[in-house]
Amino acid sequence: MNALNITKGTSSKSAYNLRSGHADLNERHTLAVLVANEPGVLARVIGLFSGRGYNIESLTVAEVDHEGHTSRITIVTSGTPQIIEQIKAQLGRIIPVYDVHDLTVEGPSVERELSLFKVSGKGEKRVEALRLADVFRANVVDSTLDSFTFEVVGSPEKIDAFSELMRPLGLSEMARTGVAALSRG
Amino acid sequence: MSGAKMVVQALIDQGVDTVFGYPGGAVLPIYDEIFLQNSIKHFLVRHEQGAVHAAEAYARSTGKPGVVLVTSGPGATNAVTGLTDALMDSIPLVVLTGQVPTFMIGSDAFQEADTVGITRPCTKHNWLVKDTDALAHTLHSAFHVACSGRPGPVLVDIPKDVQFANGTYEGPAKMKSHYHPQLKGDLDAITALVEAMETAEKPVFYTGGGVINSGPVASQLLRELVEATNFPITSTLMGLGSYPGNGDNWLGMLGMHGLYEANMAMHDCDLMINIGARFDDRITGRLDAFSPGSTKAHIDIDASSINKVIHVDIPILGDVAHVMEDMLKVWKARGRTTNSKALKTWWAEIDCWRKIRCLDYAADSKVIKPQYALERLEALTKDHDRYITTEVGQHQMWAAQYLTFNDPNRWMTSGGLGTMGYGVPASIGAQVAHPNSLVINVAGEASWLMNMQEMGTAMQYGLPVKQFILNNERLGMVRQWQELLHGERYSQSWSESLPDFVKLAEAFGAKGILCSDPADLDEAIKEMLAYDGPVIFDCLVEKHENCFPMIPSGKAHNEMLLGDAAINGAIDASGSVLV
Repeated sequence: MNALNITKGTSSKSAYNLRSGHADLNERHTLAVLVANEPGVLARVIGLFSGRGYNIESLTVAEVDHEGHTSRITIVTSGTPQIIEQIKAQLGRIIPVYDVHDLTVEGPSVERELSLFKVSGKGEKRVEALRLADVFRANVVDSTLDSFTFEVVGSPEKIDAFSELMRPLGLSEMARTGVAALSRG
Repeated sequence: MSGAKMVVQALIDQGVDTVFGYPGGAVLPIYDEIFLQNSIKHFLVRHEQGAVHAAEAYARSTGKPGVVLVTSGPGATNAVTGLTDALMDSIPLVVLTGQVPTFMIGSDAFQEADTVGITRPCTKHNWLVKDTDALAHTLHSAFHVACSGRPGPVLVDIPKDVQFANGTYEGPAKMKSHYHPQLKGDLDAITALVEAMETAEKPVFYTGGGVINSGPVASQLLRELVEATNFPITSTLMGLGSYPGNGDNWLGMLGMHGLYEANMAMHDCDLMINIGARFDDRITGRLDAFSPGSTKAHIDIDASSINKVIHVDIPILGDVAHVMEDMLKVWKARGRTTNSKALKTWWAEIDCWRKIRCLDYAADSKVIKPQYALERLEALTKDHDRYITTEVGQHQMWAAQYLTFNDPNRWMTSGGLGTMGYGVPASIGAQVAHPNSLVINVAGEASWLMNMQEMGTAMQYGLPVKQFILNNERLGMVRQWQELLHGERYSQSWSESLPDFVKLAEAFGAKGILCSDPADLDEAIKEMLAYDGPVIFDCLVEKHENCFPMIPSGKAHNEMLLGDAAINGAIDASGSVLV
């Protein structure tokens, strides 16, 4: 179960150093949710977000331990600090949820996303697309005489940047997996 | 063993002797097994919603989980309101639903509904069992989840072929679960709270349904804590009875229709100790003006309740009984100190608020005032072994204000969801659990009609429930809000074409009593109490009485309305969008 993450604080009135609930700033957090891989568990998590009006910016899920039937759901969400704390507590309340990690606050972490881009074009644009793909260390995973399919792995920001560059060069389709993340070390 | 037999065996092994339900095609094998045994008594309701509310009151009045058995499709969808009610009020329920056979799931079969999908947001957890070998374990897990941590309703959906097939039964001892919520509170946090208690000048205990859910020990510890510290105590609607209503330190219920002294104490306190309550919007009023000067401590078993709406200074995650036990230990070990001089001044302040006598009302010798009816009901029944259920509305608030609850588990009401129609089936559930006690449903006529079919259940099982209907021929609370907020335009808020309740009672085979004169009221109530069987008491009361005190929407605790004279312009535009 996800207990309150309480650390001894120093403020005069508080026994514990809880994050202020009054901040209006939205923060972006990446949560790793370890769940029992049983029917409906994803629906429970998604239903929690839609039912309580929380944001989902990206969500990925797959079984990570076949013997233990454990899946890892990586959710990128945003909200005020109070909402983020509430999201974690609500996730922890779901019975098949084993653990909730906030990778954004639990120290450094790495985030990666895989994306596929189909870029159609000829002549100068086709050459430029291939040149930029090289700069972004994108792989060409499929090619025809008038299109390339690139694979880009990286942070969501890198993928955003690549898509902006490809748009004028004939970007016709793209697919993204959403963020997978692990804490470092 | 067949799946159907496993269901009955698992219920027996879980100590269940009472089930509320309604049969149908997809649960016939289980009903057949119920026919073949004598350990479990099944109570046939008239509507599945009634089964769930009856089980809720059974659970709340006994501390045991309530068990419901209904069929697929409409049986399950009719149970949804009760499930949501139980989830909001943290009532442990195990609801078993039939389902079409596994090979027909998804084919839009007759009486098929996606029961686990529909009930996912209104249960603590639910399961669809596709394999008879997994059935016993799932059923035992269901009881474990319903009763552990913050209690709540769970649902097990059992396809008909799983009920027919044979599998291996296993007993409750083999049940494994990773779900074990933390019971003990963090000792550092408890010590911080005790330190705050030692110096507090204006402390107040603010308790809720969690104290009752934690069991009789929690109520006992709460009483010890209040007595030892001499702090004032108030409670939410759900927590009434955990501290005795006739106790010296009792301020009365707090919140929107709470007592003046309770709300003022909450507003002005310097230390608020929330024990098993959840800062519901009926309690807090305007959030930015809620108890502005206080250090707030919150003891709760559910981490998501802490800092949800009110930021607290001392959060303690754990079972309230365990935490209160440790609080007492630490407080005693540190020398049993309180700031008794400041406490004396605090009590003097509270006594001034008490002198307002906020529950006083204009008496009337011709018409029965609803408050008077409840005062008389209280006077004539307070010495009985008594359980009270209510519907939802003005009568519910008046019952909370004018009846006294000296013990936990005696008060069954729909708090969080506010479900009209809760009271009649709830009175049946409470009477089933306590066949020799006095069970009274304090009702309004509109709410009462919503589940009146359950009078048939009361008759069938000889349950002598007393239906005490405060009949103002209005949806009283709706009417009150229309008066306050919508220019006295009473849109659809009167009860037209009401039945003759006395004849209705007779049609069911019950006793009907009509009373409209205050002079006759005592005799009529005595007649109700003396009758050995169900009674429908039609008490015609003042039609336009408003429920006070009241914290209007969007206002703070110290902006309470005490009577009709104060209501002009009391709620502004921003308040009127709130409910």
